[in-house]
Amino acid sequence: MSIGFVEPRPEGLPEPRRSTIAPVAEAVEILDSLPGGGLVLTTVEAALNWGRAASLWPLTFGLACCAIEMMAAFASRFDLDRMGVIPRATPRQADLMIVAGRATLKMAPIVRRLWEQMPEPRYVISMGSCATCGGPFYYDNYSILKGIDQVVPVDVYVPGCPPRPEALIEGILKLQEQIKKEPFLRRQAAAALAARTARPQAARR
Amino acid sequence: MALRTEELMLNMGPQHPSTHGVLRLVVTLDGENIVDVRPDIGYLHSSVEKMMEYRLYVQNVSLADRGMDYLIAMQNEQVYCYAVERLAGIEVPERGRYLRVIFDELQRLASHLVWLGTWGIDLGATTVFLWCFREREMILDLFEKVTGGRLHHAYFRIGGVYVDPPPGWTDEVKRFLDYFDDRVEEYDKLLTANPIFLARTKGVGVINRREAVAMGASGPVGRASGIATDVRKIEPYEVYDRMRFDVPVFTEGDCFARYRVRLEEMRQSARIVRQALKELPGGECRARVPMTMKAPRGEVYVRTESARGDLGVYLVSDGDDMPYRVKIRAPSFSNLYALSEMMRGWKIADVIAILGSIDIVLSDVDR
Repeated sequence: MSIGFVEPRPEGLPEPRRSTIAPVAEAVEILDSLPGGGLVLTTVEAALNWGRAASLWPLTFGLACCAIEMMAAFASRFDLDRMGVIPRATPRQADLMIVAGRATLKMAPIVRRLWEQMPEPRYVISMGSCATCGGPFYYDNYSILKGIDQVVPVDVYVPGCPPRPEALIEGILKLQEQIKKEPFLRRQAAAALAARTARPQAARR
Repeated sequence: MALRTEELMLNMGPQHPSTHGVLRLVVTLDGENIVDVRPDIGYLHSSVEKMMEYRLYVQNVSLADRGMDYLIAMQNEQVYCYAVERLAGIEVPERGRYLRVIFDELQRLASHLVWLGTWGIDLGATTVFLWCFREREMILDLFEKVTGGRLHHAYFRIGGVYVDPPPGWTDEVKRFLDYFDDRVEEYDKLLTANPIFLARTKGVGVINRREAVAMGASGPVGRASGIATDVRKIEPYEVYDRMRFDVPVFTEGDCFARYRVRLEEMRQSARIVRQALKELPGGECRARVPMTMKAPRGEVYVRTESARGDLGVYLVSDGDDMPYRVKIRAPSFSNLYALSEMMRGWKIADVIAILGSIDIVLSDVDR
């Protein structure tokens, strides 16, 4: 890897590889030339999930060393903004919590409260060994929580001590895949139906 | 008839985008003016001092990376290894000592860059954050080529450093420093004459010399208040006594002075790295130390100048292969004491500017 601006790119190297996916304008042109090609059919759920996956807003919430790598992932070189991941400073606007670093027993209830303050649907990424299982602080330790999954449900675990920013990006991509497959509307409808049928029974009792 | 007013207690943190970690501040306000600030710490207490008593001397190096201040992993290793070497009487080869100085100073650059970037974002200057992290990535690349790690290295070992840098690495560092010199001038141009930045920092959060001494402030916070001391000068460790560098000292004691101290320190660090690269001797970089080394019975206190101030380790040995007691004197902890003194009388909007300017890392405060 070259160190950014310091090393000029040597002569004679091939051009950097470009994406093989056709640019959007080109795709639209092809579709428009087909009869009825301008019309795209999809389910409401797929369209909704596509939108949700492409705008994950994490809570700016750093605990320890992993938070520095999380900041690096948001900064110049890795630039998570291009995935639609924009950090928000309040849990009310966030739908993803990246637990970056070790949580102490004193901090664990606060992590739980922050998670409860986030609107549903909400997701949690456990970043680094400490958040996943206590990591290097597992043995002979009296103050660190051995895994954040004892407090909040975790969707994706990112291993490493600390994970590289690339690893965090991979974790976010995995979460996006997961969100795209989620039967979100159907689950909500089922929950609403269950609530409606459960109410008369409670009244009878 | 006058309106009845009463003081308001405001809770800031532990989750707050500008507290640089998990710090809780209990701010007592009279209208918009700060009457009192009480920091509540312990949200990141990792009991690393206790854990060190159950690990071998050699294993503790990687614990010093993580349990202490995570932004300056190399300097934590430095102070821990230095303490063990002093206690056990291990002589570090010349090349190892020079390499340690190079890595210490590069780590100081990386740490100050994170500080400047995050403080900039606290004050509303997003550009500085992006620029500083761009340069920091280059330093981390240099680290990665030698140690394999970006943040936690375990590169300093008892008796020297782990391995020689790969061929061509020193030239890359020189090229980076040439590039970096211009960048520091850029930060200087961007911020030092910026009227908004000046209004937020100049004359804000003043602490005078007497109070700074009483609170135990050290490092850039102390030097901005006129405490002309630097452990690298008064108690030189490794080969700092052979390096020519200046210690910036200001007497204003405000946020702007602390900013200028750190900016000048970046220039001086680059100067030290250049000298060390020029004088870098050949030979071994590590003395032979057995994996289960035992330190003789006794105690030692050493201190070094970390990016945040006077970082010390008090080590007690009972002759076993594990330390009997390790006490870490953390600079951020003492600097946090000075916080309430700095903030009293200022507006609520200045809390962020003052808190960012003392550059605390909560892992260092709580350990």
